[in-house]
Amino acid sequence: MMLKRMEFIARVNIDEETLEIWLSEQWLLPLHDAEEESFTDADIARALLILELEHNFGVNQPGVGVALHLLDQLHSARASLNKTNPAR
Amino acid sequence: MRNPYEVLGVSKSASADDIRSAYRKLAKKLHPDLNPGDKSAEEKFKEVSQANELLSDNEKRAKFDAGLIDASGNEKPQQQQRQYYRDYAGANAGARGANPNYEQASAFSDMGGMDDILAEMFARQSQARANARGADVQYRLSVPFLDAVNGATQRLNLPDGSTIDVKIPAGINDGQSIRLKGKGQPSQGAGPAGDARVEIAVLPHAFFTRVGDDLLLDLPISIKEAALGGPVKVPTPTGTVMLNVPAGSNSGTQLRLKGKGVAGRGDQLVKLRVVLPTRADQQLREFLKTWTPEASDDPRKEMFS
Repeated sequence: MMLKRMEFIARVNIDEETLEIWLSEQWLLPLHDAEEESFTDADIARALLILELEHNFGVNQPGVGVALHLLDQLHSARASLNKTNPAR
Repeated sequence: MRNPYEVLGVSKSASADDIRSAYRKLAKKLHPDLNPGDKSAEEKFKEVSQANELLSDNEKRAKFDAGLIDASGNEKPQQQQRQYYRDYAGANAGARGANPNYEQASAFSDMGGMDDILAEMFARQSQARANARGADVQYRLSVPFLDAVNGATQRLNLPDGSTIDVKIPAGINDGQSIRLKGKGQPSQGAGPAGDARVEIAVLPHAFFTRVGDDLLLDLPISIKEAALGGPVKVPTPTGTVMLNVPAGSNSGTQLRLKGKGVAGRGDQLVKLRVVLPTRADQQLREFLKTWTPEASDDPRKEMFS
């Protein structure tokens, strides 16, 4: 499922200003086709994670950036382990 | 559904602040996206979130404390299955709806071709696994009492239809195991086969019982044999022997056959048991009627002094 910007905002229940911040911080990196961005299920799940980090866990803005960056590295490491380990 | 106070590890009198900080501490530890490799994190996180949802809402908490709603907050509509970010990331990057923009150059790229090293490591490991010894297999074998005492060879039928001859050493105990080298599962590669472990169950015997290396036997004898003594036939694990019963032997008298125990190590202990003739013996009756025992020989005299 691909969502346009306005659909995405409605879906995760944030305002456009927040989305702009997230995009400028590169917390979200939606796919681009032609001139418009489109958001995937992964973007939705990632947005929910950001909201939870901020609101439920009391992580501040720089903290969210650090957490996401480390998570991305962890997932990449897991992916390359998975690729190189034929026993799995 | 567990009690929400227990789930969060707070007391019934905990303040809203206590509850929030307990929830945050647990949630940070259990959030599925912060535990990409732990499948159980999601269930635990759900439980903690549900507990927090109930206890952080004063109205719901009061209702729960009053016993009006259960720990799941009842009539709450079933939530749709939540998709976590980890379901699209990393090793799950092939999932529908994933976004490849979040993939980074490998976290190992600063380690100089670590990806290749990893690949080789795993390849070698799986080769080693393939050449590992085959798995061990467990069997149980019931052995007749005397075979366990004397030793024997018994045939074991395997599930695949083949058979193994198991050599049972003399004197083996109930519950002991025999290891048959190389009779287990074959290796998946070039390694040796595993072992078969055969656990022995020794069946009971009609007459003999075993105590350590000694054998116990109850031996019935007639009144005449008891009173007059003489040789009687006694079974032993290695065949029949003659045992000399001393004259005047009573029920309970124990006689020892040296070296006739288990595997020649222990003794056989024979306990005599005097039995009357099975059918009333007219002669014996007539004799007993005329027979007067000596006054001193009252078998119950110790009971009535």
